[in-house]
Amino acid sequence: MAILETRQLTYTYSIGSPFEKTAVDHVDLKIEEGEMVGVMGHTGSGKSTLIQHFNGLLKPTSGQVLLDGQDIWADKKKIRDVRFQVGLVFQYPEYQIFEETVFKDIAFGPRNMGLDEKEIKRRVLETAHDIGLKEELLKRSPFDLSGGQKRRVAIAGVMAMEPKVLILDEPTAGLDPAGRDKILSHIKQYHERKKNTILIVSHSMEDIAGFADKILVMNKAKLFCYDDTEKVFGRADEISEIGLDVPQITKVFMELKKQGLDFGKEVFTVPYARDLLLKHLQGKAGAKLC
Amino acid sequence: MKNIIEISNLHFSYPSDGDTDPVEVLKGIDLTIKEGEFVAVLGHNGSGKSTLAKHINAILLPTEGKVIVDGIDTADESQLFELRQRAGMVFQNPDNQIVSSVVEEDVAFALENLGVPYEEMRRRVDESLKAVNMYDYRQHSPSQLSGGQKQRIAIAGIIAMRPKCIILDEPTAMLDPQGRREVMATIRKMNREQGITMVLITHYMDEAAQCDRIVVMDKGTVALDDTPREVFSHVEQVMEIGLDVPQVTELAWELRKAGYNVPNDIITEEECVEAIQHLFQA
Repeated sequence: MAILETRQLTYTYSIGSPFEKTAVDHVDLKIEEGEMVGVMGHTGSGKSTLIQHFNGLLKPTSGQVLLDGQDIWADKKKIRDVRFQVGLVFQYPEYQIFEETVFKDIAFGPRNMGLDEKEIKRRVLETAHDIGLKEELLKRSPFDLSGGQKRRVAIAGVMAMEPKVLILDEPTAGLDPAGRDKILSHIKQYHERKKNTILIVSHSMEDIAGFADKILVMNKAKLFCYDDTEKVFGRADEISEIGLDVPQITKVFMELKKQGLDFGKEVFTVPYARDLLLKHLQGKAGAKLC
Repeated sequence: MKNIIEISNLHFSYPSDGDTDPVEVLKGIDLTIKEGEFVAVLGHNGSGKSTLAKHINAILLPTEGKVIVDGIDTADESQLFELRQRAGMVFQNPDNQIVSSVVEEDVAFALENLGVPYEEMRRRVDESLKAVNMYDYRQHSPSQLSGGQKQRIAIAGIIAMRPKCIILDEPTAMLDPQGRREVMATIRKMNREQGITMVLITHYMDEAAQCDRIVVMDKGTVALDDTPREVFSHVEQVMEIGLDVPQVTELAWELRKAGYNVPNDIITEEECVEAIQHLFQA
């Protein structure tokens, strides 16, 4: 069953003012439990507005958002529960850190949920491990950590609430390649262990190609597509037209195809490209160096 | 071409705050940049690349060694304003560097401070806005602009001072792909058409590949300094430092490792397509 579903979801900002703008326009979407989804769309496409509906930060102008088959706005008093079940990590979350120690900061969410100390401790230790923060860091002030570490603390704070759905808005923005790979691989490990649903907003198709089972693309307030990663990359031409970046390696294979060298597969990561080429090159002795 | 930036034996330490030792961030940098060059500075977080950039227009001063920009010693306080006119800086966050509520007034800000006469100022502001392709937005409020447009306004404000050199500290880090393309196109155009020396600090390898030269910083020293083609051909070393190479370079390197005859200096898509075709023709 779909864990998250939207039915004709529409959201209009500043209704009745000169700035009235529909940011999400009749979006129908079903996200199955346990999926790892990459969310793309350029600035102003409506992707941030869309994800803010998933945990009830925004209320639809019309249409519905369903979590586990239940309309999240059916009973207004239950919206707090929805926020425990759908965790949202904003852009640059390290600016939201405020506690004295890393432990307390990660424990803030679980404590608000009314869990007992033993359970809080278990969750803090487990998530710190998942996100790659060493135990000795837990006693330190989060403000003494590096930028990448602070960001991981902030992400751990949401993970520790053990939400059914975890949404991260550009978790790697502003990080260097090593920091970016580290965060993504830890999120991936966490996903593999928990088997929960994760949505990651990213501008980088190269990053998305490395982790996502499915890709959701927003364009001009509408759902452009929601499909398997491979199928979405098969539409690389259209994606490039709506202003998004296609991985360099995908462009190379698109060009090869145009020139008559068709491998019959969509290529979006370097290891995949290597394996594909090596397979096709076997037995072509002339191509070898020696 | 003469050298516009001459850095010799540059050391810099952030001062001790009482209970910690001073941290040496730059450990003896020697670097010269020629007028009109387009140089990328790469390095992971904490490698010292931003600290280096901040020395070029005297935001930071050397603990030891010298930085000479267009003949001016950055440590010479009496020439500070002159120096900053010649070497302007664009920062990462577009929202932190806009001061005015109207685009053209923002671009005019530095000129007003410099006491440029009105007629001249009007002319330079219009020229600069046209150069970055933002003239149509001159009466807009910066708050209504996209990140890429804001960065172009910031660049216009600097160009209006007629600088010889612009240092850009990750100007595209907070932008979407569209904004990144706009800003990169603007920087390239200013470099080519006006001959302004560009020092671009970036995490994006595809941006670095568009430059004339790449300086790779690691642990406070210059680890590599060469053309993009040469630098990226050191795939293993670049990755060890914690950086990436372009995907096409990585693929070519993987194929070479597997024993196939592929050039080791591929940095563009066209070259990669050609090399693969060549393999299948062999």
